[in-house]
Amino acid sequence: MGLLGPNGAGKTTLVRAIAGRVRLDEGRITLLGRDLGANGSDQGDQGRARLGIVPQEIALYGLLTPVENLRTFGALYGLRGGDLRERIEWAMAWTGLEDRAHARVATFSGGMKRRLNIACAVLHRPEVVLLDEPTVGVDPQSRERIWEMLAGLRAAGASLMLTTHQLDEAQRVCDRIIIIDHGRVIADGRLDELVARTVGPGRRVRLTLDREADAAMLGAERDGDGRTLVWRVSDVAAELAAALDRVRAAGYAVEDVHVEAPSLHAVFIHLTGRELRE
Amino acid sequence: MMAALFRTWATELRRDRVAFVLTFLLPVIFFSVFAVLFGGMGGGGATNPVTIAVVDEDGSEASRRLVEQLRRDKGLRVCTESGDPPAPLDRPAALGLVERGRVPIAVVIPEGFGEGFGMFLAGDVPAIELLADTSDPVAPQMVGGLLQGAAMTAAPDLMMQRGLEMFERYGGAFTEQQRAAVSDWLPMLRAATEEAAAGSNGGTDDAASSDGPAFCGPVAVKVVDVLGEKKTDRSRAVSLSASGIAVMFLLFMAAGGAGTLLEEQENGVLERLLSSRLTMGRLLLGKWAFLTTVGVVQVTVMFAWGMLFGLEFLRHLPGFAVMTVSTAAAGSALGLVLATACRTRAQLAGLSTIVILMMSALGGSMLPRVFMPEALRMVGLATFNGWALDGYNKVFWRELGAASLWPQVLVLAAMTAAFLVIARGLARRWEAA
Repeated sequence: MGLLGPNGAGKTTLVRAIAGRVRLDEGRITLLGRDLGANGSDQGDQGRARLGIVPQEIALYGLLTPVENLRTFGALYGLRGGDLRERIEWAMAWTGLEDRAHARVATFSGGMKRRLNIACAVLHRPEVVLLDEPTVGVDPQSRERIWEMLAGLRAAGASLMLTTHQLDEAQRVCDRIIIIDHGRVIADGRLDELVARTVGPGRRVRLTLDREADAAMLGAERDGDGRTLVWRVSDVAAELAAALDRVRAAGYAVEDVHVEAPSLHAVFIHLTGRELRE
Repeated sequence: MMAALFRTWATELRRDRVAFVLTFLLPVIFFSVFAVLFGGMGGGGATNPVTIAVVDEDGSEASRRLVEQLRRDKGLRVCTESGDPPAPLDRPAALGLVERGRVPIAVVIPEGFGEGFGMFLAGDVPAIELLADTSDPVAPQMVGGLLQGAAMTAAPDLMMQRGLEMFERYGGAFTEQQRAAVSDWLPMLRAATEEAAAGSNGGTDDAASSDGPAFCGPVAVKVVDVLGEKKTDRSRAVSLSASGIAVMFLLFMAAGGAGTLLEEQENGVLERLLSSRLTMGRLLLGKWAFLTTVGVVQVTVMFAWGMLFGLEFLRHLPGFAVMTVSTAAAGSALGLVLATACRTRAQLAGLSTIVILMMSALGGSMLPRVFMPEALRMVGLATFNGWALDGYNKVFWRELGAASLWPQVLVLAAMTAAFLVIARGLARRWEAA
């Protein structure tokens, strides 16, 4: 599940609330049918043992090795002895950090730290994993590796909820999308459902001309500086040709053509607007 | 270009309150503390009275008048009774007061003092004994000097009478006429003395002093070091500096160690820890236990190293253990208070430097409290260092057993509890918002 929203929408606050780190003004949080009490209570401890939380920050001990970090956080989630050792071995293989097992984490690259950051949260085999921006600040290769790791968790039966601003990635990996803004859910469903409810299933044809044109006269929407015109089409082959003919007949030259499928990006902008959020 | 840079740096300095305080306020505060410390030391007895115990074993008129004269001196606070109900001090009780550090010095006026008072040339005149704790090297010298002054002003009539008796013994008897003149004049001298005593309230000259065991002056004075016979000076000096430095660095360690909380908060580890089963209370208790353990090891290493410099460490192990565990526990809790009171490492560095150096100065880590004026000694008791160092002093200086440490242990335990409660309260801001 992808939890999306502009900056300040309340994504991290929601993750922190589920983690028991925000006091609720009202309402309650349930996980797999059980009420999650406050941290430190039996109810809270038992409930949150089924939960893994990957924070946005690299929350690791830099002077410790990855094995020592895993041992620390595994113990905090109740793992002991042989079980802990076995899970550490699994995590080292899962993250691909076996050859750096005894190096200090402070010497790691951003991608390596991100992978270990995730591993520390899932050592205790949680059924639900919350990931707050799991791929922020890493290169494309590391990002691919992280998505592979998460796919492995999913295949093993875990439910993942992630917050991200990488909408193309969210579109690719999420079964369900929730968009929140100003602390409230404004959209919830599969991508195709959200598309149908917002921007519609048609393609967008975007032509960039050699000079500013009268969009209304050409039956299009004006975009940006007035040189770019947009048509919403359901039959690309037929309607694109007609648009090109109309433009040429009006005396314009076409510099560029784009055909866009309805995307999560379009849905997101449609729902939250273009206004900057600070 | 330079002006723009200067303006930028000045604005930064002004807005960084910690750096601002460290730059301008800290030196002023430190100067003030040390000015009071050293200024007070040079101020003499009149402004900083020394408490002394006085035992009058003689009970003669001369001894009684000497005690009265000592009482009138502004430089002294005289204690002649102890216990409940108060009973006149005897020699063992006075010795106990010195050994326990209640008073730095006890004056014992021996039997026969009155008989020999003023007989300067008689060889077997009993000397006044000063039972002293020479951890305070100033007090015996000062009290010895005040005693000479007091003897001169307390009973000039008695002294003259003795002088005339001596004259008669060695120079031949007075005539009847001479005797009558003296007996007419002696009551006048006595009346004048009493009048002078009533009119002035002390201020005797404390210039007379001596390095030797006895003072040269109207009365013979012998200094008895009640603690020094048990050990070498080297071991004493080392024990003073070892405990002073150990307690100060224990505090620096505790503040720095507790500061990992701020690092954990900044890098998100704290959030992660508190999202697990760990609660803030357990986390703080864990940090406190860890810092206490490190503190015990740190102080032990330092005292063990002190053996190379003559510190009698192993002989005092039980008392050392009691004091070190109590001190490390309280110091660690104080470190947690400092860390939880700050928002950043930089703030902690500034605050802990100020607090620790101030407490170390007032509590006796830099200059033993025995060298300080009475008022500052009392201020030192408000500090963590003061109590810790008093305990180590009992163990290594006074050679008292571990059982005698209960006041220090009790106060340090109370401080530990109070510091932990305060730290817990301050850490509330890191819990669920």
